[in-house]
Amino acid sequence: MTGPLVLGIETSCDETGIGIVRGTQLLANVISSSMEEHARYGGVVPEVAARAHLEALTPALSAALAEAGVSLAELDAIAVTSGPGLSGALMVGVGAAKALAIAIDKPIYAVNHLVGHVGADVLRDDGTEIELPTIALLVSGGHTSLLLVRDLVSDVELLGETIDDAAGEAFDKVARLLGLPYPGGPHIDRVAIGGDPAAIRFPRGLTQPKDQHLHRYDFSFSGLKTAVARWVEQTRDAGIEIPLADVAASFREAVADVLLTKAIAACVNLGVPRLLLGGGVVANARVRALAAERSAAAGIELRVPPLELCTDNGAMIAALGAQLVMAGHAPSGLDFGADSTLPATIIQA
Amino acid sequence: MLLAIDTSAGTSVAVVDRDAGVLAELIETDTRRHAEVIGTMIQGALDEAGVAVTALSGVAIGMGPGPFTGLRVGIAAARAFALGIGRPVVPVVSHDAVAFGRADPILVVTDARRREVYWSAYSGTDAEGLPIRASGPGLSAPDALEAIVPGFASYRRLDAEVVSAASLGLVAELLYLHKRPFASSEALYLRSPDVTMSSGPKRVS
Ligand SMILES: [Zn+2]
Repeated sequence: MTGPLVLGIETSCDETGIGIVRGTQLLANVISSSMEEHARYGGVVPEVAARAHLEALTPALSAALAEAGVSLAELDAIAVTSGPGLSGALMVGVGAAKALAIAIDKPIYAVNHLVGHVGADVLRDDGTEIELPTIALLVSGGHTSLLLVRDLVSDVELLGETIDDAAGEAFDKVARLLGLPYPGGPHIDRVAIGGDPAAIRFPRGLTQPKDQHLHRYDFSFSGLKTAVARWVEQTRDAGIEIPLADVAASFREAVADVLLTKAIAACVNLGVPRLLLGGGVVANARVRALAAERSAAAGIELRVPPLELCTDNGAMIAALGAQLVMAGHAPSGLDFGADSTLPATIIQA
Repeated sequence: MLLAIDTSAGTSVAVVDRDAGVLAELIETDTRRHAEVIGTMIQGALDEAGVAVTALSGVAIGMGPGPFTGLRVGIAAARAFALGIGRPVVPVVSHDAVAFGRADPILVVTDARRREVYWSAYSGTDAEGLPIRASGPGLSAPDALEAIVPGFASYRRLDAEVVSAASLGLVAELLYLHKRPFASSEALYLRSPDVTMSSGPKRVS
Protein backbone atom coordinates (compact mmCIF):
# COMPACT_ATOMS: atom_id res chain seq x y z
CA MET A 1 0.00 0.00 0.00
CA THR A 2 1.27 3.45 -0.83
CA GLY A 3 0.08 6.95 -0.09
CA PRO A 4 0.95 9.44 2.62
CA LEU A 5 0.74 8.38 6.26
CA VAL A 6 -1.51 10.96 7.91
CA LEU A 7 -2.76 11.33 11.47
CA GLY A 8 -6.10 13.12 11.89
CA ILE A 9 -7.35 14.95 14.98
CA GLU A 10 -11.07 15.67 15.39
CA THR A 11 -12.54 17.55 18.37
CA SER A 12 -15.43 19.55 16.89
CA CYS A 13 -18.22 18.19 19.08
CA ASP A 14 -18.37 15.50 21.77
CA GLU A 15 -16.12 12.83 20.26
CA THR A 16 -12.35 13.01 20.57
CA GLY A 17 -11.28 11.23 17.40
CA ILE A 18 -7.77 10.24 16.36
CA GLY A 19 -7.40 8.41 13.08
CA ILE A 20 -4.45 7.26 11.03
CA VAL A 21 -4.58 6.47 7.32
CA ARG A 22 -2.12 5.60 4.62
CA GLY A 23 -3.56 7.16 1.50
CA THR A 24 -7.03 5.61 1.35
CA GLN A 25 -6.25 2.77 3.73
CA LEU A 26 -7.60 2.98 7.28
CA LEU A 27 -5.00 2.04 9.88
CA ALA A 28 -6.56 3.29 13.11
CA ASN A 29 -9.76 4.96 14.25
CA VAL A 30 -9.82 5.69 17.99
CA ILE A 31 -12.84 7.52 19.35
CA SER A 32 -13.34 8.67 22.91
CA SER A 33 -16.84 9.99 23.48
CA SER A 34 -18.06 12.23 26.27
CA MET A 35 -21.66 11.40 25.36
CA GLU A 36 -22.39 9.82 28.73
CA GLU A 37 -21.37 12.98 30.53
CA HIS A 38 -23.89 14.93 28.48
CA ALA A 39 -26.70 12.45 29.02
CA ARG A 40 -27.97 14.04 32.22
CA TYR A 41 -28.20 17.42 30.52
CA GLY A 42 -30.13 16.09 27.53
CA GLY A 43 -27.70 17.54 25.01
CA VAL A 44 -24.07 18.36 24.38
CA VAL A 45 -22.75 20.88 26.92
CA PRO A 46 -19.85 22.67 25.18
CA GLU A 47 -17.72 23.18 28.29
CA VAL A 48 -18.16 19.57 29.38
CA ALA A 49 -17.17 18.43 25.87
CA ALA A 50 -14.08 20.66 25.79
CA ARG A 51 -12.87 19.46 29.19
CA ALA A 52 -13.31 15.86 28.08
CA HIS A 53 -11.33 16.51 24.88
CA LEU A 54 -8.37 17.78 26.88
CA GLU A 55 -8.27 14.64 29.02
CA ALA A 56 -8.91 12.21 26.16
CA LEU A 57 -6.58 13.66 23.57
CA THR A 58 -3.12 12.34 24.39
CA PRO A 59 -4.35 8.90 25.49
CA ALA A 60 -6.27 8.64 22.20
CA LEU A 61 -3.16 9.71 20.27
CA SER A 62 -1.11 6.97 21.88
CA ALA A 63 -3.86 4.41 21.37
CA ALA A 64 -4.18 5.28 17.66
CA LEU A 65 -0.43 5.01 17.07
CA ALA A 66 -0.42 1.63 18.80
CA GLU A 67 -3.45 0.45 16.81
CA ALA A 68 -1.87 1.49 13.52
CA GLY A 69 1.51 0.11 14.53
CA VAL A 70 3.30 3.25 13.39
CA SER A 71 5.54 5.77 15.14
CA LEU A 72 5.16 9.56 15.05
CA ALA A 73 8.43 9.80 13.12
CA GLU A 74 6.93 7.80 10.24
CA LEU A 75 4.03 10.24 9.71
CA ASP A 76 4.00 12.37 6.58
CA ALA A 77 1.51 14.93 7.85
CA ILE A 78 -0.98 15.86 10.55
CA ALA A 79 -4.55 16.90 9.77
CA VAL A 80 -6.88 18.63 12.20
CA THR A 81 -10.46 19.85 12.15
CA SER A 82 -10.40 23.65 12.31
CA GLY A 83 -14.17 24.03 11.93
CA PRO A 84 -17.11 24.12 11.90
CA GLY A 85 -18.00 22.97 15.40
CA LEU A 86 -17.96 24.04 19.03
CA SER A 87 -15.33 26.71 19.39
CA GLY A 88 -13.81 25.68 22.74
CA ALA A 89 -13.78 22.04 21.67
CA LEU A 90 -12.12 22.79 18.33
CA MET A 91 -9.40 24.81 20.06
CA VAL A 92 -8.20 21.78 22.03
CA GLY A 93 -7.55 19.86 18.83
CA VAL A 94 -6.04 22.85 17.04
CA GLY A 95 -3.64 23.63 19.91
CA ALA A 96 -2.56 20.02 20.22
CA ALA A 97 -2.17 19.48 16.48
CA LYS A 98 0.03 22.53 16.00
CA ALA A 99 2.29 21.63 18.92
CA LEU A 100 2.56 18.02 17.79
CA ALA A 101 3.39 19.07 14.23
CA ILE A 102 6.21 21.31 15.49
CA ALA A 103 7.51 18.66 17.90
CA ILE A 104 7.82 16.05 15.16
CA ASP A 105 8.57 18.55 12.38
CA LYS A 106 5.72 17.53 10.05
CA PRO A 107 3.41 19.63 7.89
CA ILE A 108 -0.07 20.37 9.21
CA TYR A 109 -3.34 20.53 7.27
CA ALA A 110 -6.31 22.36 8.84
CA VAL A 111 -9.42 20.84 7.31
CA ASN A 112 -13.17 21.29 7.18
CA HIS A 113 -15.18 18.91 9.34
CA LEU A 114 -18.08 18.69 6.88
CA VAL A 115 -15.88 17.85 3.92
CA GLY A 116 -14.18 15.34 6.22
CA HIS A 117 -17.50 13.48 6.44
CA VAL A 118 -17.44 13.14 2.65
CA GLY A 119 -13.76 12.20 2.73
CA ALA A 120 -14.59 9.24 4.99
CA ASP A 121 -15.96 7.49 1.93
CA VAL A 122 -12.51 6.97 0.41
CA LEU A 123 -11.72 4.63 3.32
CA ARG A 124 -14.31 1.98 2.38
CA ASP A 125 -12.67 -1.37 2.00
CA ASP A 126 -15.04 -2.71 -0.67
CA GLY A 127 -12.76 -1.45 -3.38
CA THR A 128 -15.30 0.88 -4.98
CA GLU A 129 -14.08 4.40 -5.46
CA ILE A 130 -16.15 7.46 -4.74
CA GLU A 131 -17.50 8.92 -7.97
CA LEU A 132 -17.78 12.65 -8.33
CA PRO A 133 -19.65 14.89 -8.50
CA THR A 134 -21.91 13.72 -5.70
CA ILE A 135 -24.55 15.26 -3.48
CA ALA A 136 -23.70 14.77 0.20
CA LEU A 137 -26.26 14.86 3.00
CA LEU A 138 -24.47 15.32 6.34
CA VAL A 139 -26.68 15.00 9.38
CA SER A 140 -25.71 14.95 13.03
CA GLY A 141 -26.47 16.59 16.37
CA GLY A 142 -24.26 19.48 15.33
CA HIS A 143 -24.96 19.99 11.65
CA THR A 144 -27.46 19.34 8.86
CA SER A 145 -25.92 20.22 5.53
CA LEU A 146 -26.48 19.45 1.90
CA LEU A 147 -23.37 19.73 -0.26
CA LEU A 148 -22.53 19.42 -3.90
CA VAL A 149 -19.06 17.91 -4.03
CA ARG A 150 -17.40 18.19 -7.42
CA ASP A 151 -13.90 17.59 -6.09
CA LEU A 152 -12.92 16.53 -2.57
CA VAL A 153 -9.95 18.86 -2.31
CA SER A 154 -10.93 21.80 -4.47
CA ASP A 155 -14.62 22.17 -5.24
CA VAL A 156 -17.35 21.88 -2.63
CA GLU A 157 -20.54 23.92 -2.82
CA LEU A 158 -22.94 24.39 0.09
CA LEU A 159 -26.47 23.91 -1.25
CA GLY A 160 -28.25 24.30 2.04
CA GLU A 161 -28.13 23.80 5.77
CA THR A 162 -30.34 24.01 8.81
CA ILE A 163 -31.56 27.46 9.66
CA ASP A 164 -32.26 26.50 13.29
CA ASP A 165 -31.80 23.11 14.98
CA ALA A 166 -29.66 20.30 13.58
CA ALA A 167 -31.63 17.14 12.85
CA GLY A 168 -29.82 15.25 15.60
CA GLU A 169 -30.75 18.00 18.02
CA ALA A 170 -34.39 17.61 17.06
CA PHE A 171 -34.16 13.89 17.87
CA ASP A 172 -32.65 14.75 21.29
CA LYS A 173 -35.26 17.38 22.08
CA VAL A 174 -38.23 15.28 21.03
CA ALA A 175 -36.81 12.31 22.94
CA ARG A 176 -36.71 14.48 26.03
CA LEU A 177 -40.26 15.64 25.73
CA LEU A 178 -41.31 12.01 25.31
CA GLY A 179 -39.40 11.15 28.48
CA LEU A 180 -36.71 9.20 26.61
CA PRO A 181 -32.98 9.37 27.43
CA TYR A 182 -30.18 11.08 25.52
CA PRO A 183 -29.04 10.62 22.83
CA GLY A 184 -32.50 10.71 21.30
CA GLY A 185 -31.88 8.96 17.96
CA PRO A 186 -31.47 5.37 19.12
CA HIS A 187 -34.26 5.70 21.71
CA ILE A 188 -36.71 7.18 19.21
CA ASP A 189 -35.76 4.30 16.90
CA ARG A 190 -36.43 1.83 19.69
CA VAL A 191 -39.87 3.06 20.69
CA ALA A 192 -40.90 3.68 17.07
CA ILE A 193 -40.91 -0.05 16.42
CA GLY A 194 -44.46 -1.07 15.59
CA GLY A 195 -45.58 2.56 15.42
CA ASP A 196 -47.49 3.98 12.47
CA PRO A 197 -45.37 6.60 10.67
CA ALA A 198 -48.53 8.01 9.09
CA ALA A 199 -50.49 8.20 12.36
CA ILE A 200 -49.78 11.91 12.87
CA ARG A 201 -48.94 14.27 10.06
CA PHE A 202 -46.22 16.43 11.59
CA PRO A 203 -45.05 19.46 9.58
CA ARG A 204 -42.22 19.21 7.06
CA GLY A 205 -40.18 22.40 7.51
CA LEU A 206 -39.29 24.56 4.50
CA THR A 207 -41.00 22.29 1.97
CA GLN A 208 -43.80 24.66 0.93
CA PRO A 209 -43.79 26.12 -2.59
CA LYS A 210 -43.02 29.54 -1.06
CA ASP A 211 -39.82 28.08 0.45
CA GLN A 212 -38.51 26.94 -2.92
CA HIS A 213 -37.02 30.29 -3.75
CA LEU A 214 -35.02 31.18 -0.66
CA HIS A 215 -34.73 27.87 1.21
CA ARG A 216 -34.95 25.22 -1.47
CA TYR A 217 -32.19 23.09 0.08
CA ASP A 218 -32.26 24.47 3.62
CA PHE A 219 -33.66 22.65 6.62
CA SER A 220 -35.67 23.69 9.66
CA PHE A 221 -36.52 21.36 12.52
CA SER A 222 -37.49 23.81 15.21
CA GLY A 223 -41.13 23.98 14.07
CA LEU A 224 -41.36 20.20 13.94
CA LYS A 225 -40.11 19.91 17.51
CA THR A 226 -42.68 22.47 18.67
CA ALA A 227 -45.43 20.68 16.74
CA VAL A 228 -44.61 17.40 18.47
CA ALA A 229 -44.57 19.16 21.86
CA ARG A 230 -47.94 20.77 21.18
CA TRP A 231 -49.48 17.53 20.00
CA VAL A 232 -48.25 15.69 23.09
CA GLU A 233 -49.53 18.43 25.43
CA GLN A 234 -52.94 18.59 23.84
CA THR A 235 -53.31 14.84 23.86
CA ARG A 236 -52.26 14.69 27.48
CA ASP A 237 -54.59 17.59 28.38
CA ALA A 238 -57.43 15.65 26.80
CA GLY A 239 -56.65 12.81 29.20
CA ILE A 240 -55.56 10.48 26.41
CA GLU A 241 -52.51 8.31 26.86
CA ILE A 242 -49.68 9.22 24.48
CA PRO A 243 -49.28 6.59 21.77
CA LEU A 244 -45.50 6.65 22.09
CA ALA A 245 -44.75 4.33 19.17
CA ASP A 246 -46.94 6.34 16.79
CA VAL A 247 -45.54 9.70 17.91
CA ALA A 248 -41.95 8.47 17.61
CA ALA A 249 -42.55 6.84 14.22
CA SER A 250 -44.42 9.87 12.88
CA PHE A 251 -41.78 12.32 14.10
CA ARG A 252 -38.97 10.22 12.70
CA GLU A 253 -40.81 9.94 9.40
CA ALA A 254 -41.13 13.71 9.19
CA VAL A 255 -37.38 14.17 9.73
CA ALA A 256 -36.39 11.43 7.30
CA ASP A 257 -38.91 12.65 4.72
CA VAL A 258 -37.61 16.24 4.75
CA LEU A 259 -33.98 15.12 4.65
CA LEU A 260 -34.45 12.77 1.73
CA THR A 261 -36.94 14.93 -0.17
CA LYS A 262 -34.40 17.74 -0.27
CA ALA A 263 -31.41 15.50 -0.95
CA ILE A 264 -33.12 13.65 -3.80
CA ALA A 265 -34.41 16.94 -5.23
CA ALA A 266 -30.84 18.24 -5.28
CA CYS A 267 -29.67 15.11 -7.12
CA VAL A 268 -32.46 15.41 -9.68
CA ASN A 269 -32.37 19.18 -10.18
CA LEU A 270 -28.61 19.32 -10.49
CA GLY A 271 -28.35 16.19 -12.57
CA VAL A 272 -26.08 14.42 -10.10
CA PRO A 273 -27.21 10.80 -9.77
CA ARG A 274 -25.17 10.09 -6.66
CA LEU A 275 -25.97 10.64 -2.97
CA LEU A 276 -23.58 10.17 -0.09
CA LEU A 277 -24.69 10.12 3.55
CA GLY A 278 -22.61 11.14 6.57
CA GLY A 279 -23.00 12.16 10.19
CA GLY A 280 -24.31 10.41 13.27
CA VAL A 281 -27.98 10.54 12.22
CA VAL A 282 -27.11 8.06 9.46
CA ALA A 283 -27.17 5.50 12.28
CA ASN A 284 -30.93 6.00 12.32
CA ALA A 285 -32.52 2.96 10.71
CA ARG A 286 -35.43 4.82 9.13
CA VAL A 287 -33.21 7.51 7.61
CA ARG A 288 -31.07 4.84 5.97
CA ALA A 289 -34.07 2.81 4.80
CA LEU A 290 -35.81 5.82 3.29
CA ALA A 291 -32.58 6.91 1.63
CA ALA A 292 -32.26 3.47 0.00
CA GLU A 293 -35.91 3.46 -1.07
CA ARG A 294 -35.99 6.98 -2.56
CA SER A 295 -32.56 6.66 -4.20
CA ALA A 296 -33.53 3.42 -5.88
CA ALA A 297 -36.80 4.91 -7.10
CA ALA A 298 -34.99 7.91 -8.59
CA GLY A 299 -32.15 5.90 -10.11
CA ILE A 300 -29.61 7.46 -7.77
CA GLU A 301 -26.58 5.61 -6.52
CA LEU A 302 -26.52 5.73 -2.72
CA ARG A 303 -23.30 5.54 -0.77
CA VAL A 304 -23.18 5.15 2.99
CA PRO A 305 -19.74 4.84 4.60
CA PRO A 306 -19.46 2.28 7.42
CA LEU A 307 -21.23 3.63 10.53
CA GLU A 308 -18.05 4.05 12.57
CA LEU A 309 -16.86 6.37 9.82
CA CYS A 310 -20.20 8.23 9.64
CA THR A 311 -20.15 9.49 13.21
CA ASP A 312 -17.48 12.10 14.01
CA ASN A 313 -14.03 10.53 13.88
CA GLY A 314 -10.38 11.35 13.26
CA ALA A 315 -9.97 8.89 10.40
CA MET A 316 -12.13 11.00 8.09
CA ILE A 317 -10.00 14.03 8.92
CA ALA A 318 -6.84 12.04 8.22
CA ALA A 319 -8.38 10.76 4.98
CA LEU A 320 -9.16 14.29 3.77
CA GLY A 321 -5.68 15.38 4.83
CA ALA A 322 -4.18 12.55 2.79
CA GLN A 323 -6.27 13.60 -0.22
CA LEU A 324 -4.88 17.14 0.11
CA VAL A 325 -1.32 15.81 0.37
CA MET A 326 -1.79 13.55 -2.66
CA ALA A 327 -3.25 16.45 -4.65
CA GLY A 328 -0.11 18.43 -3.92
CA HIS A 329 -1.74 21.09 -1.74
CA ALA A 330 0.59 23.14 0.45
CA PRO A 331 0.25 22.73 4.23
CA SER A 332 -1.80 25.23 6.23
CA GLY A 333 0.92 27.04 8.12
CA LEU A 334 0.71 27.58 11.86
CA ASP A 335 -1.54 30.60 12.31
CA PHE A 336 -5.01 29.25 11.51
CA GLY A 337 -7.59 29.37 14.26
CA ALA A 338 -10.63 27.40 15.30
CA ASP A 339 -13.54 28.63 13.19
CA SER A 340 -16.88 27.53 14.63
CA THR A 341 -18.69 28.62 11.45
CA LEU A 342 -16.13 27.61 8.81
CA PRO A 343 -18.09 27.44 5.54
CA ALA A 344 -18.18 24.11 3.70
CA THR A 345 -16.65 25.79 0.66
CA ILE A 346 -13.38 26.25 2.56
CA ILE A 347 -11.97 22.73 2.43
CA GLN A 348 -8.61 23.63 3.89
CA ALA A 349 -8.04 26.56 6.24
CA MET B 1 16.28 22.55 28.96
CA LEU B 2 12.53 23.08 28.89
CA LEU B 3 9.93 24.47 26.55
CA ALA B 4 7.49 26.40 28.77
CA ILE B 5 3.93 27.37 27.88
CA ASP B 6 1.33 29.37 29.75
CA THR B 7 -2.11 30.32 28.42
CA SER B 8 -3.83 31.03 31.74
CA ALA B 9 -4.10 34.75 30.92
CA GLY B 10 -2.53 35.81 27.60
CA THR B 11 -0.17 33.46 25.80
CA SER B 12 3.49 33.07 26.71
CA VAL B 13 6.02 30.59 25.36
CA ALA B 14 9.64 30.33 26.44
CA VAL B 15 12.71 28.15 26.27
CA VAL B 16 14.66 28.04 29.53
CA ASP B 17 17.70 26.25 30.79
CA ARG B 18 18.72 25.58 34.38
CA ASP B 19 22.24 26.81 33.75
CA ALA B 20 21.88 29.23 30.85
CA GLY B 21 18.66 30.84 32.09
CA VAL B 22 16.05 32.25 29.71
CA LEU B 23 16.95 31.50 26.08
CA ALA B 24 13.80 32.93 24.55
CA GLU B 25 10.44 34.27 25.61
CA LEU B 26 7.47 35.41 23.57
CA ILE B 27 4.40 37.10 25.01
CA GLU B 28 1.00 37.85 23.50
CA THR B 29 -1.40 39.72 25.77
CA ASP B 30 -4.53 39.17 23.64
CA THR B 31 -6.72 36.82 25.66
CA ARG B 32 -8.86 35.74 22.69
CA ARG B 33 -6.29 34.37 20.28
CA HIS B 34 -4.63 31.46 22.08
CA ALA B 35 -5.41 28.88 19.38
CA GLU B 36 -4.25 31.18 16.57
CA VAL B 37 -0.91 32.17 18.10
CA ILE B 38 0.20 29.05 19.97
CA GLY B 39 1.89 27.39 16.98
CA THR B 40 3.82 30.37 15.71
CA MET B 41 4.85 31.25 19.25
CA ILE B 42 6.20 27.77 20.00
CA GLN B 43 8.07 27.76 16.71
CA GLY B 44 9.24 31.33 17.32
CA ALA B 45 10.58 30.57 20.79
CA LEU B 46 12.45 27.51 19.55
CA ASP B 47 13.92 29.46 16.64
CA GLU B 48 14.92 32.39 18.83
CA ALA B 49 16.55 30.06 21.35
CA GLY B 50 18.24 28.25 18.49
CA VAL B 51 17.60 24.85 19.99
CA ALA B 52 16.49 21.63 18.38
CA VAL B 53 13.48 19.93 19.95
CA THR B 54 15.70 16.94 20.69
CA ALA B 55 17.66 19.12 23.15
CA LEU B 56 14.58 19.62 25.35
CA SER B 57 14.16 17.50 28.44
CA GLY B 58 10.49 18.30 29.00
CA VAL B 59 7.63 20.75 28.65
CA ALA B 60 6.62 23.02 31.53
CA ILE B 61 2.96 23.97 31.47
CA GLY B 62 0.92 26.43 33.46
CA MET B 63 -2.10 24.52 34.78
CA GLY B 64 -3.98 27.69 35.71
CA PRO B 65 -5.97 28.95 37.37
CA GLY B 66 -7.28 30.56 34.21
CA PRO B 67 -10.34 30.96 32.01
CA PHE B 68 -11.11 27.56 30.51
CA THR B 69 -10.95 28.02 26.78
CA GLY B 70 -7.55 29.64 26.61
CA LEU B 71 -6.07 27.60 29.43
CA ARG B 72 -6.90 24.38 27.61
CA VAL B 73 -5.12 25.46 24.42
CA GLY B 74 -1.80 25.65 26.25
CA ILE B 75 -2.27 22.42 28.18
CA ALA B 76 -3.35 20.53 25.04
CA ALA B 77 -0.36 21.94 23.16
CA ALA B 78 2.08 21.10 25.96
CA ARG B 79 0.82 17.54 26.29
CA ALA B 80 0.90 16.93 22.54
CA PHE B 81 4.35 18.50 22.22
CA ALA B 82 5.67 16.35 25.07
CA LEU B 83 4.20 13.25 23.44
CA GLY B 84 5.81 14.30 20.18
CA ILE B 85 9.30 14.58 21.64
CA GLY B 86 8.85 11.66 24.03
CA ARG B 87 9.55 13.78 27.10
CA PRO B 88 7.51 14.45 30.23
CA VAL B 89 5.17 17.32 30.98
CA VAL B 90 6.00 19.37 34.07
CA PRO B 91 2.80 20.91 35.44
CA VAL B 92 3.17 24.17 37.40
CA VAL B 93 0.57 26.37 39.10
CA SER B 94 0.54 29.47 36.87
CA HIS B 95 0.49 31.93 39.79
CA ASP B 96 3.77 30.43 41.05
CA ALA B 97 5.42 31.93 37.98
CA VAL B 98 4.13 35.40 38.87
CA ALA B 99 5.42 35.05 42.43
CA PHE B 100 8.77 33.66 41.32
CA GLY B 101 11.71 35.80 42.39
CA ARG B 102 9.74 37.97 44.83
CA ALA B 103 10.85 37.81 48.42
CA ASP B 104 8.06 39.96 49.88
CA PRO B 105 4.56 38.64 50.65
CA ILE B 106 2.38 39.12 47.58
CA LEU B 107 -1.16 38.36 46.55
CA VAL B 108 -1.20 37.31 42.90
CA VAL B 109 -4.47 38.22 41.18
CA THR B 110 -5.49 37.34 37.62
CA ASP B 111 -8.69 37.91 35.66
CA ALA B 112 -11.23 35.10 35.84
CA ARG B 113 -13.80 36.95 33.68
CA ARG B 114 -17.45 37.23 34.71
CA ARG B 115 -16.51 39.80 37.35
CA GLU B 116 -14.39 37.38 39.32
CA VAL B 117 -10.65 36.99 39.93
CA TYR B 118 -8.28 34.12 40.59
CA TRP B 119 -5.91 34.67 43.50
CA SER B 120 -2.98 33.00 45.30
CA ALA B 121 -1.10 34.34 48.33
CA TYR B 122 2.67 33.89 48.66
CA SER B 123 4.60 34.53 51.87
CA GLY B 124 8.01 34.73 50.21
CA THR B 125 10.70 32.53 48.74
CA ASP B 126 12.27 29.40 50.19
CA ALA B 127 15.97 28.46 50.37
CA GLU B 128 15.86 27.05 46.84
CA GLY B 129 14.34 30.21 45.47
CA LEU B 130 10.88 28.71 45.01
CA PRO B 131 7.80 30.78 45.92
CA ILE B 132 6.00 29.65 49.08
CA ARG B 133 2.26 29.54 48.41
CA ALA B 134 0.52 30.28 51.70
CA SER B 135 -3.03 29.97 50.39
CA GLY B 136 -4.89 29.59 47.12
CA PRO B 137 -5.30 29.33 44.28
CA GLY B 138 -8.86 30.44 44.72
CA LEU B 139 -11.69 32.17 42.93
CA SER B 140 -13.37 35.25 44.30
CA ALA B 141 -15.38 38.34 43.58
CA PRO B 142 -12.88 41.23 43.53
CA ASP B 143 -14.39 42.91 46.58
CA ALA B 144 -14.52 39.66 48.55
CA LEU B 145 -10.75 39.09 48.49
CA GLU B 146 -10.24 40.78 51.83
CA ALA B 147 -12.67 38.43 53.52
CA ILE B 148 -11.47 35.29 51.74
CA VAL B 149 -7.67 35.59 51.72
CA PRO B 150 -6.19 34.66 55.13
CA GLY B 151 -3.98 37.51 56.36
CA PHE B 152 -5.08 39.71 53.47
CA ALA B 153 -3.58 42.89 54.96
CA SER B 154 -0.07 41.43 55.07
CA TYR B 155 0.14 41.03 51.29
CA ARG B 156 0.97 43.43 48.54
CA ARG B 157 -1.45 42.86 45.69
CA LEU B 158 0.05 42.06 42.29
CA ASP B 159 -2.28 41.94 39.29
CA ALA B 160 -0.84 39.96 36.39
CA GLU B 161 -2.08 40.43 32.81
CA VAL B 162 0.05 37.65 31.45
CA VAL B 163 1.95 34.84 33.12
CA SER B 164 5.58 34.71 32.05
CA ALA B 165 6.41 31.32 30.56
CA ALA B 166 10.08 32.04 31.25
CA SER B 167 9.39 32.35 34.98
CA LEU B 168 7.15 29.30 34.80
CA GLY B 169 9.94 27.33 33.14
CA LEU B 170 12.46 28.42 35.73
CA VAL B 171 10.09 27.34 38.52
CA ALA B 172 9.77 23.98 36.77
CA GLU B 173 13.55 23.64 36.51
CA LEU B 174 13.91 24.32 40.25
CA LEU B 175 11.14 21.90 41.15
CA TYR B 176 12.90 19.27 39.09
CA LEU B 177 16.36 20.07 40.42
CA HIS B 178 15.27 19.93 44.07
CA LYS B 179 12.98 16.95 43.56
CA ARG B 180 9.91 18.90 44.65
CA PRO B 181 6.48 17.70 43.66
CA PHE B 182 5.07 19.19 40.48
CA ALA B 183 1.57 20.63 40.40
CA SER B 184 -1.37 18.32 39.80
CA SER B 185 -1.85 17.33 36.18
CA GLU B 186 -5.48 18.48 36.39
CA ALA B 187 -6.32 21.83 34.86
CA LEU B 188 -7.14 24.39 37.57
CA TYR B 189 -10.51 25.58 36.32
CA LEU B 190 -11.81 26.29 39.86
CA ARG B 191 -15.28 26.50 38.35
CA SER B 192 -17.81 23.91 37.38
CA PRO B 193 -18.84 23.85 33.73
CA ASP B 194 -21.69 26.17 32.93
CA VAL B 195 -24.78 24.15 32.58
CA THR B 196 -28.22 25.36 33.20
CA MET B 197 -30.03 22.27 34.33
CA SER B 198 -33.46 22.30 32.80
CA SER B 199 -36.42 21.48 34.99
CA GLY B 200 -37.90 19.52 32.12
CA PRO B 201 -39.62 20.40 28.88
CA LYS B 202 -41.49 23.72 28.88
CA ARG B 203 -45.04 23.95 27.64
CA VAL B 204 -45.39 25.34 24.16
CA SER B 205 -49.13 25.83 24.14
ZN1 LIG C 1 -19.96 15.73 12.12
